[in-house]
Amino acid sequence: MRRLLPAALILALLAPLAAAQEEGGPRYTPELGPDYTFPQPSAPQPKGTSHEIFDVLMLFLFLVLATVLALKVRRRRWLPVLALLALFYFGFWRGGCVCPVGSVQNVTMGLGAIAYAVPLVVLAFFLLPLVFTVFFGRTFCASVCPLGAVQDVVLLKPVRVPLWLEHGLGLLVWVYLAAAVLLAATGSAYIICRYDPFVTLFRLAPIGKWAESLVRGAEPPGGTLAVAARVDLLLLTGALLVLCAFVGRAYCRFLCPYGAVLRVLSLLSKWHVTITPDECIQCRLCEDACPFGAIRKPSSGKTNRAAGRRRLIALIALLPVLIGAGAVGGYFAGRPLSNLNHTVRLAEQVRLEETDPAAGPTDASDAFRKSSQTRQELYAEALDLRGTFVVGGAIAGGFLGLVVGLKLISLSVYRTREDYVVDRAKCLSCGRCFEFCPIEKKRRGKLPAASAG
Amino acid sequence: MSEEKTSRRSLLASAGAWGVGAMVGAGTFVALARGALRRRNWVWQIDPAKCTRCGNCATHCVLSPSAVKCIQSHVRCGYCERCFAFFAPEAEEFTSAAENQLCPTGAISRRPTHKLPYYRYNVDEALCIGCGLCVEGCERFGNGSLYLQVRHDRCLNCNECAIAAACPADAFVRVPADRPYLFKKGYA
Repeated sequence: MRRLLPAALILALLAPLAAAQEEGGPRYTPELGPDYTFPQPSAPQPKGTSHEIFDVLMLFLFLVLATVLALKVRRRRWLPVLALLALFYFGFWRGGCVCPVGSVQNVTMGLGAIAYAVPLVVLAFFLLPLVFTVFFGRTFCASVCPLGAVQDVVLLKPVRVPLWLEHGLGLLVWVYLAAAVLLAATGSAYIICRYDPFVTLFRLAPIGKWAESLVRGAEPPGGTLAVAARVDLLLLTGALLVLCAFVGRAYCRFLCPYGAVLRVLSLLSKWHVTITPDECIQCRLCEDACPFGAIRKPSSGKTNRAAGRRRLIALIALLPVLIGAGAVGGYFAGRPLSNLNHTVRLAEQVRLEETDPAAGPTDASDAFRKSSQTRQELYAEALDLRGTFVVGGAIAGGFLGLVVGLKLISLSVYRTREDYVVDRAKCLSCGRCFEFCPIEKKRRGKLPAASAG
Repeated sequence: MSEEKTSRRSLLASAGAWGVGAMVGAGTFVALARGALRRRNWVWQIDPAKCTRCGNCATHCVLSPSAVKCIQSHVRCGYCERCFAFFAPEAEEFTSAAENQLCPTGAISRRPTHKLPYYRYNVDEALCIGCGLCVEGCERFGNGSLYLQVRHDRCLNCNECAIAAACPADAFVRVPADRPYLFKKGYA
């Protein structure tokens, strides 16, 4: 107590001075004479864009290599090697940031927020894989994406996910995408980055940072990265890795929001990989080749066309209902969702403190009271944001209704398949099925046969 | 995969896919038109006017120690003999003995200037962990010459800054990469 006394005395003496300062009164400045030079704070600049342009070049190079290996060379052998290289470079070396998956949010925020212009590098990361997918299918997923590579490394014993579950869980990517877009467009959060399950791994081993400090001769960046402190994220990573040992590429198939866009664009691809470019002999050997459930069997041939047509008409009639229901659901979900926004949450807290004297101040409401913003301004801003959330929620909900409806329609449409073919949307162009196909072996055998005899 | 399979269904599917493709394309085009041509890159920075010295900067950065460090703006400093950023409130005497210091890592050093009773305070960035204890002292009772800034020789520029997500005052902002600091100015 005796120790505190002088400090308390000083505080008491200085209290009026502090009050004067908060009102913008004069501050105490020393008289050091004209000869005294004030030291300037150093301003280390961020790394230049040349580094990032190199990243774009690397992305392009990896995409070209993956495409050539999957479509032209048609061997599984080199694709995992390329994937490991990508994992090392984009993952461990560069720390996994910025990645095409996360760039979805930057592009959306660029559309939503006036003050944010998407950097060209981020735009290139967003667009390059899309462009490649439109022409060649998801070769990006095969061996360029470091997140995919992690999952491939831990894939031990793939189990077949029942078709109904596969289709059902496949809808999750759209939910995730819609949520990510809504939250990014309102400037609330980048959930794809925040809950990225594998970036924690890259940050636990920041090889790039260590190497850079070696090259520069500078001190290494202080031990490990602090992700170890985020126990929740590490648990998420661990759980997903265990899951991925049995369910091949669980993140890619059921969560990746960028994959949702790639799926659709892959349907357009002109030169998508095939199990074999030659004629399928329906030997069924490739049935179990794909750990990701992307190979479709030939159709059995027995259908009731009349019943099928009735069902299709019913589902098409259901489509507007689903869209409407989704929009209504999204409209009502918009309000609770808006609480993920900092400003809305702050406004709620401030209003709570105004009405309920028992509610104590939080760090955020304390910070707000010290700022120059008035309560009315805050409330207006929050209401505006909430309105955006409600409208955006309705749009996102309607979109999800459309996705569900189209999924149902696509499931009910009867299609004749005479051969084993890849599902263009789901196929990751990983090339595993090549190695199972006897026709493919024959085709390969012909080439060395000329020399080997 | 033969030609005759180009059915109504596949036509519809490709029409839908082209629709999505066109949407994505249009979106990116608008994004481009709306500012990417300005060739602007962004980095994270702390707006010192909003910062509440809550201490999250020291604990929430993906780097350890944090990329946030304390900046001393000498032009603003009072050169106080009894500095509230340097001395702990419970300090028994005003010497630079460790037990009297506020900074948990002893990152602030104190030297007399040519003119007493003025003292110059320097922050050793290698030691600073960005906890903001000194900032609070200087802001509350002094001139507010100490403040926190993201140091770009350390910052990884994560797409979503982990500290920004944890900042109660929404003080983390994206600033243009060519002007990456929000330095405080002196009192004119």
